Amino acid sequence: MATNQTNRLSSGGVIDRSTPLNFRFDGKSFSGFQGDTLASALVANGVKLVGRSFKYHRPRGILTAGSEEPNALVELRTGARREANTKATTAELYDGLEAASQNRWPSLRHDFMSVNQLFAPIFVAGFYYKTFMWPAKFWEMIYEPAIRRAAGLGRAAVAPDPDHYDKAWAHCDVVIAGSGPAGLAAALAAGRSGARVILCEEDFVPGGCLLSDDGTIDGLPAAEWLARTLAELSSMPDVRIMTRTTLFGVYDGGTYGAIERVNDHLPTPPEHQVRQRLWRIVAKRCVVAAGAIERPIVFAGNDTPGVMMASAMRTYVSRYAATPAKRIALFTNNEDGWRTVETALAAGLQIAAVIDARPDVSPAHRSLASKNGFAVLHGSVSGVDGGKDGVRKISVSLTGGARAEVEADGLAVSGGWNPAVGLTSYHRGRPKWRDEISAFVPDGAPPGMVAAGAANGDFGLGACLSQGFAAGAAAARDAGRNGNAGTAPVADDETFSLTPLWHVAGKGKAFVDQQHDVTASDIELAQREGFESVEHLKRYTTLGMATDQGKTSNVGGLAIMAAVTGKSIPETGTTIYRPPYVPVAIGAFAGHHRDETFHATRLTPSHHWAAEQGAIFVDTGLWKRAQWFPRAGEKDWLESVTREVKAVRGGVGFCDVSTLGKIDVHGPDAGAFLDRVYINTFSNLAVGKARYGLMLREDGLVYDDGTTSRLAEDHYFLTTTTAKAGLVMQHLEFCRQVLFPELDVQLTSVSDQWAQFSIAGPKTRDLLKEIVDPVEDLSNEGFPFMGAREVALRGGITARLFRISFSGEMAFEISVPARYGEAMARNLMQAGKQFGVTPYGTEALGVMRIEKGHVAGPELSGTTTATDLGLGKMMSTKKDFIGRVMAGREALVAPDRQVVVGIKPVDKARRLRSGAHIIPKGQTPGPDNDQGYVTSVCFSPTLDQWIGLGLVERGRERIGEIVHAHDPLRGEDYDVELCNPVFYDPDGGRQRG
Amino acid sequence: MRITCPFCGERELGEFTYLGDAKPQRPVADAGEEAVYDYVYLRDNVAGVMAENWYHGGGCRAWLKVTRNTLTHEISSVEPAAGAGAAKVGA
Repeated sequence: MATNQTNRLSSGGVIDRSTPLNFRFDGKSFSGFQGDTLASALVANGVKLVGRSFKYHRPRGILTAGSEEPNALVELRTGARREANTKATTAELYDGLEAASQNRWPSLRHDFMSVNQLFAPIFVAGFYYKTFMWPAKFWEMIYEPAIRRAAGLGRAAVAPDPDHYDKAWAHCDVVIAGSGPAGLAAALAAGRSGARVILCEEDFVPGGCLLSDDGTIDGLPAAEWLARTLAELSSMPDVRIMTRTTLFGVYDGGTYGAIERVNDHLPTPPEHQVRQRLWRIVAKRCVVAAGAIERPIVFAGNDTPGVMMASAMRTYVSRYAATPAKRIALFTNNEDGWRTVETALAAGLQIAAVIDARPDVSPAHRSLASKNGFAVLHGSVSGVDGGKDGVRKISVSLTGGARAEVEADGLAVSGGWNPAVGLTSYHRGRPKWRDEISAFVPDGAPPGMVAAGAANGDFGLGACLSQGFAAGAAAARDAGRNGNAGTAPVADDETFSLTPLWHVAGKGKAFVDQQHDVTASDIELAQREGFESVEHLKRYTTLGMATDQGKTSNVGGLAIMAAVTGKSIPETGTTIYRPPYVPVAIGAFAGHHRDETFHATRLTPSHHWAAEQGAIFVDTGLWKRAQWFPRAGEKDWLESVTREVKAVRGGVGFCDVSTLGKIDVHGPDAGAFLDRVYINTFSNLAVGKARYGLMLREDGLVYDDGTTSRLAEDHYFLTTTTAKAGLVMQHLEFCRQVLFPELDVQLTSVSDQWAQFSIAGPKTRDLLKEIVDPVEDLSNEGFPFMGAREVALRGGITARLFRISFSGEMAFEISVPARYGEAMARNLMQAGKQFGVTPYGTEALGVMRIEKGHVAGPELSGTTTATDLGLGKMMSTKKDFIGRVMAGREALVAPDRQVVVGIKPVDKARRLRSGAHIIPKGQTPGPDNDQGYVTSVCFSPTLDQWIGLGLVERGRERIGEIVHAHDPLRGEDYDVELCNPVFYDPDGGRQRG
Repeated sequence: MRITCPFCGERELGEFTYLGDAKPQRPVADAGEEAVYDYVYLRDNVAGVMAENWYHGGGCRAWLKVTRNTLTHEISSVEPAAGAGAAKVGA
């Protein structure tokens, strides 16, 4: 049964006591209320020990109440939804929540690895670098696995993430980070001015510090002003308040990244809803009102459970009505820390003592102390007695040298405040030091951004309100919104006095970075060993490199470094700030782009028909293409493909080739344009004719190939390979717009507009006659090889018909508007039944092109020249074209280049594999005698053996030579014969017939 | 980053493809191998303001000359390529 909330106050807090929630932590049942975080519910149940530390397995408790938390990290949820390193301080409680502590075995209370503390002297900064340098394989086999078991954070889920994530864009005039007093005032001013405002708040309730600290605004109690302000903002249609949303990054051009935890406050997202949503917010202006983070003071035992930031203690008591301790001591170096005393007293808690590092304490505080019977000690905390059950006793070094001890079960610490300078520093910004608050403040900000209030180093409530309001009004004005902003809310400023104190010398470990277990002595060690620069310090000690990115530790760490080097803190400097401000799940960046929706899927016009036929599909870029069409009884793909090839060579078959890139080239200079982008000439191509063309890159290597037809004097129809369709379009647009703007030519991508089928085999004409209007002359005279023109089809639509052949057979390609593609496939099947028409896929297509010696992707590899491919004669010498000059470079015309050649196994029964290296016969294979490799192979049904193409040194001069194929990947060695790459119908009679 | 396309308006980076330095000019046909070699391979590594070729492939397919500061990503001008749009140079 759920235990009682022993540390819950009987009244108060921003929690809904009518909605109790049950949850489990490390298998034990507890209860909390709606409005709790996991941390506040643990506090309310008196749980102090929540985790073990990263390196030393020290017992740790809850340090903060926000996203800066270094210690209270848990594994939240179970199974596939288990998420490691979740901050208990920001995890909203829900009914049934399950969380487990991390880094402990067998249990949190009895952690075996806490023996690491005994070995602490070897776990100092840089110990990985020093200890395990040698021997190298010991690192891999022994040290690393052992260390990985011992050190680390939580366990990631091992099953695929079952949740969905979304990505969305938002546009506004003003985006505001943070809904504390400054952010709310900014939203009021911008909203009243008529600006479109997005207010992002990472908490699940807006209000920021107003939820925890009292105060008076416009004469109203803070809570009342907050309610009134939220009501006014909600009434403005162009103001959007996004809670559970952290603005985590700043990008160029006023683009901001935000993560919205849409459904993390529920056990699982409701059906059809996402877990988280990644926002890209485009805003004309940004007001950073992200507040400030209270900073710890480093002293021995400062990581003992029960040591908590003073402001966090206030938050637990005021906002959650949960008491972290019964008898509290405060260690402060500033005025603000005392507010925790006031809050604790008001809640009926006992104050053990206040240890104040400042020389003076105000008379008001002195009288508060005497009235409530606690001592004010001038000095510092030098040690904490306690352990996994929390703080017991506090050692104090008094100013002047005496010592004192204070008995308490909780210690609130305030070392001052650090403005949250992350967002303002993300564009290589370096914050500047402000002496009067001993903290870094923004020094400028990315374009369009301004910081206000505590984020700008002005901590007073009145200052936050007036600065926020002014920033909001200015942002709206800059965005062109000039409505009446009204008057700014008014409040008094608290006095702020602080005596800098970073580190108290003492006996025992004093932690700077609690998440990465970096101690003050680690920093001193880094300095002694020469790692003084902050960037070196960070990497050598791992200070600030944990999931909290050093929000509570970075400034303290460099202050200690400054002290040991005798430099000032600003001289010591800060490391570079980089987004994200809080950890963001990779799933959120991926959004819906995972699994089958990782990328878009393109379906060919005949896809659904092919699926009905039982086609096996292959991914070709974004396309799904029919690879082969198995028939009942066929035992493997080879049998199906062999049947398809034989059917084409012996009768007729068809294949959807719509994936080819298709570009209409229009204009009086279309021919001149093509002459410049192809190595061969197109301006002299007759209307009604097609020609194979080859393009080079400007560096002289082959870029792409395809058939281009001239459909009219000023209209060419150009095709590209499937893979390069988009890139060739981009290249041609570059040629047209940038290189040759004087040419009167226009390009139109029509890849998706036309369904194109290859119809091949000796019975092609018979089949076409059933489809094409009888008036069209398809005879060899009426439609010769390489003819291209529009024809009417039976039924009235117009098609483009091209007499081109990739298979080497008598063949046509027919194009119809894409919407007729599926009907065309069905018609071809219907009309071709009498001729035994056979649909074929990309495998059969590939087999026939290898049999015919046509080059394709494996040969157009980006390393071959036109001559390498056997197409050098196509290069015109009468005109300039892209790549012409570079193609003439010495190395590209060298006689010993690897060129396309045919390859046959000497043992006719042998299977060839692409990738095998070609070595001269009788030599031991090695890099010195590697003469090329096999690029494409297939089983040729026509030749009844495996054949291939390869790129082989001087290959064309060596036809008939027996060479050695060496395939170390598959452990195969065999002899092959170099041969003419055109295995089938070398004189081309069949395609002309 | 956001680029204001002269034809489409302000659009986000994902719609555009980067090519590189817009300064090198393609040599005339008889310029010789050295000149073409420079054009194809030699590039300045500018830390600061430079003119670049960008392609609005996710929009109007215009090639643009974008003047950008490589240190800050600040864009000071965006011009269509000479032959972008329907216009013919010299018509």
